Amino acid sequence: MDLSLGTEYEAFRAEVTGFLAASWDKSRNRDPGAVAAFRATAIEQGYLYRSIPRAFGGSEQAADPLRARVIREAFACAGAPGELSGPGPSMLVPTLLARGTDWQKHQFIRRTLLGEIVWCQGYSEPNAGSDLASLRTRAAIEGGEWVINGQKVWTTDAHRADLMFVLARTDPAAPKHQGISYLLVAMKQPGITVRPLRQMTGGSEFNEVFLDDARTPLDWIVGQPGEGWSVSKSTLKFERDNLAGTDRIEQQFASLVSLARKAHRSGQPMIERDDVRQALAKIEAHVLAQKYASYRQTSMNLAGREPGLIDVLGKINGSNIARRIATLSQDLIGADGLAMPGERRHRGGDNETARAQSKWVNQIMGSLAMAIAGGTSNVQRGVIAERGLGLPRDADMRTS
Amino acid sequence: MNFLLSAEQEQFCGSVARFARDVSQSGRRRLAFDADTDFLPELWHDLMVLGVGRVLVPAEHDGVGLEMIDAALVIETLGGAATPVPLLGHLLATKAIALAGDAGQQAHWLPRLADGSVISTIAIEGPDITRWNLHGEAGQLTGTVKSVPAGHIADLIVVGLKDGRLALVENGPGMVATPIDDTDRTRRIADIQFTRAPLVPLPDVPGAAAALVDAALVLLAADAFGGANACLTMASTYAQQREQFGRPIGSFQGLKFQLADMAVDVEPARGLYWYAAHAYDHVPAERSRMAAAAKAHLCDVYMKAARTMIEVYGGIGYTWEFDAHLYFRRAMFDYAWLGTPAEHRDRQAALAAWSAA
Repeated sequence: MDLSLGTEYEAFRAEVTGFLAASWDKSRNRDPGAVAAFRATAIEQGYLYRSIPRAFGGSEQAADPLRARVIREAFACAGAPGELSGPGPSMLVPTLLARGTDWQKHQFIRRTLLGEIVWCQGYSEPNAGSDLASLRTRAAIEGGEWVINGQKVWTTDAHRADLMFVLARTDPAAPKHQGISYLLVAMKQPGITVRPLRQMTGGSEFNEVFLDDARTPLDWIVGQPGEGWSVSKSTLKFERDNLAGTDRIEQQFASLVSLARKAHRSGQPMIERDDVRQALAKIEAHVLAQKYASYRQTSMNLAGREPGLIDVLGKINGSNIARRIATLSQDLIGADGLAMPGERRHRGGDNETARAQSKWVNQIMGSLAMAIAGGTSNVQRGVIAERGLGLPRDADMRTS
Repeated sequence: MNFLLSAEQEQFCGSVARFARDVSQSGRRRLAFDADTDFLPELWHDLMVLGVGRVLVPAEHDGVGLEMIDAALVIETLGGAATPVPLLGHLLATKAIALAGDAGQQAHWLPRLADGSVISTIAIEGPDITRWNLHGEAGQLTGTVKSVPAGHIADLIVVGLKDGRLALVENGPGMVATPIDDTDRTRRIADIQFTRAPLVPLPDVPGAAAALVDAALVLLAADAFGGANACLTMASTYAQQREQFGRPIGSFQGLKFQLADMAVDVEPARGLYWYAAHAYDHVPAERSRMAAAAKAHLCDVYMKAARTMIEVYGGIGYTWEFDAHLYFRRAMFDYAWLGTPAEHRDRQAALAAWSAA
């Protein structure tokens, strides 16, 4: 066992840090031109979009999760713009690389990576959530193009997206997983209406999208008609870095400890209370367990071995830890949790305290989203039981 | 970065696992469990042939000089099969002498501990060294230590004294070890009464007693992981075989979710115990805190997993004849011996310097 990165990676870190010192000026992070120019240089250097061929705007590097980690840490440290996230870069691009036509790859990938095209994901529907394959949005060919009718929901970024990748039923007679197609559709057209949904936090990150005779060209389909389900499942297993999620959990736990230091009840600092210390110690053990389990998982991937159970546990474990952190933070902020995020009535006076309390109320509610988005915790439990532990599969509940 | 076992470590664990499996399948585990004493000399012999006694002994004393992670892997593997061998105390006493013994003590005892011709254990009054109260005066020891693992079997006892001093007592005149009718019959304990027992102090090596306690916590966490992981495997396997209402009970969502939650408890915990074992030798600043965190967390996980496993088995799991309860018993031992999870969370918090800014 050796938990250090080793001299090769420390040398690489020095190289990346040197590049950032020479090429990135933090004061220009609100200048879109400077940000775009920097990203282009960073791609040229091989630091961003490492899995994407140069022909499509990536930097085409050999897979190496530890290099990816060094780059991510160095960029975060310098406040430099890294890879864009969101459904376009993280879902559509890998899908096009695996299943798209040459024309589609050239048309969409580079501009998506540079943020020139913003995508939203048209999967979930009011009656197709965990059972996504029962979706009812229909697409049919009329007058030489696809005409789409239906409703999508929980569509993040739909209000600002240029394009949507949509799962629509093109063969109603086929079994439910086989009659679906994967279409690319322009958002700015008369057949599409976007209505923002307000979340329980008060914020609005996702939307309902209504498709009424929305249209898209015949060749804006990825894969063949009827292959949409498998197209939507194509992912690239490249540099899977299981450590990124762990970093976020560690930061959250550190914030929790500092909240416990600042919070007082009856004149006593909360961090000196036995019940708070016990609760912190319990949560910390879960955080450490997840951290070092992901070190092992990463090491297994590096060695070309299957990590096993831990691969299917990460999501629910992260949700559980976020819930534990949220629950303890409620005890710590007490009645200051009565005001909504953003509400300035928070007691305690200064703006910094108000902002911190607002952040915690947001985290208390937001931790619920982790247990729902991208497959609820109960869906995860089914996956763990069937794929992880080998229990009998439920044919009616196929999720992949 | 490489947080993996080496090929040698995996091979060694494989041979220990074959031994442990054979002990349970051949009925010898049950024999030890039902007998008045758990000590079967031929089991000890077979275990020592594997080289398990040599792991923590330096090469110059007939050992192989490996690290705490290697000892922990052995304990995990034996714990995974609830193997009735008095190894826990033996490895800890060995570590104590390797840490603090003088050249003569090491040369005399370590080769004998390495080949198992002398069986040893530790007698300490809990995980808090400042509360150790035994006095050794004029080469003699008087007092009582409760719940000494294999205290009635061991030839050599490493005793914890006031102020964190360590000393050796050989089983003989002045020492009475009374075996207890204990909950974990695979790792029996005894209360030891010393009455002017001849005592040989180990040199006062600063930090040796604390390191001994940390080693014990890491090994308990290792046993707890091995046991909890075995509970997960046993329950999942049974859920695939046992049929009710015309189908395997593992096809019912209630059971699936229960087992999935068990997996979410157990599998990540491996990372914490590995890191605590790794930190023991490589990250001195974190050693005690990680040992406390691992003991607290893993023993909780094991207790919960053992409970769920027996629930999954149903009535058969609650019977004396069926071996499921061996794991529950071992989980109770790991949970309680050398401090409960809450006690170690107190230590984990204190060592983190969680105090008001």
